[in-house]
Amino acid sequence: MDAIIRRRLLMLGPLGIAAAGSGVFWALMLRMQQGKYDPHALQSMLVGKPLPDFTLPGQTPSAGFSNTDVNRGKLPALVNFFASWCIPCVEESSALDELARQGVTIWGIAYKDKVAATAGFLTRYGDPYHQVARDADGRTAINFGLYGVPETYVVDRTGIVRLRYAGGLSSDSVRDTILPLLRKLG
Amino acid sequence: MIRFRLVVAVFLLALAAGPAWALSSPSEMLANPVLEKRAEAIGMQLRCVVCQNESIEQSDATLAAQFRAIIRRRVTEGWSDKRIMDWMVQRYGTFILLRPPFDPMTWILWGAPAIALAVGGVAIVLARRRHPSLPEPLSVAERQRLAELLK
Repeated sequence: MDAIIRRRLLMLGPLGIAAAGSGVFWALMLRMQQGKYDPHALQSMLVGKPLPDFTLPGQTPSAGFSNTDVNRGKLPALVNFFASWCIPCVEESSALDELARQGVTIWGIAYKDKVAATAGFLTRYGDPYHQVARDADGRTAINFGLYGVPETYVVDRTGIVRLRYAGGLSSDSVRDTILPLLRKLG
Repeated sequence: MIRFRLVVAVFLLALAAGPAWALSSPSEMLANPVLEKRAEAIGMQLRCVVCQNESIEQSDATLAAQFRAIIRRRVTEGWSDKRIMDWMVQRYGTFILLRPPFDPMTWILWGAPAIALAVGGVAIVLARRRHPSLPEPLSVAERQRLAELLK
């Protein structure tokens, strides 16, 4: 082969690699923008396993509950960690209301929150919960592998966690993720 | 000579000063320095899940502070380092380990240097084969002619 042509082809190599790299990067940014990819999302160790053991006191007037209460209740069900001090929790309240209206059982756990603050939150933004328990020191949350509020766990008919949704639910994520999964779990 | 010693002394001091990033505030620290050292060493190897590129020891997040407290309690209760790490991994997955373990997910990460070396080696061998070693040395007649030309 002609030496000059070969040299030109050699130059194309690095250029091609750079082009492929930018393509991948562009796709990544696009998916982040569309909310399909979150580089900070962690995989949950709880998926495929039963809920961790816990017994939590209730947020009056609600009674407290334990993991066995969840497993004996109506399934599939959601377990939702929230706090009055958490903005995405405010934002997801309407999505949770919608789920409750559709007859989904949601067990609420108030995470590192004061009794009065939780009560105020439930009055102001509505109470979609079947029951509300208090995890005042956040120790139960650590056994869930929780890394922020809100987080929502989907428990199937056999008491196995099938999904951990980190961050606030929206009408979109309820329609595209939560409801289809609940339907599949029957 | 004195200046050299000074440089060496400063260098040694800098080494001895040790890491400045052990951030446990004095109130969190265990009274027993041996246990505290162990707790710090464990915390340095664990990722804060809130500020993901900081260790639990470095992070200001409240969750990290809670983890520091848990580690210290477990250390005092006599848990081994491995048991404490396993306890964390059980809840948060191997992502919480700042030094990823060698497993099917990470073998390509750990193997990357060896793979790069192998690829480089193959490339060198191929290049050598395509461009065989240096041409024959000049004969006596050629050398004489070269000397003529360079005169």
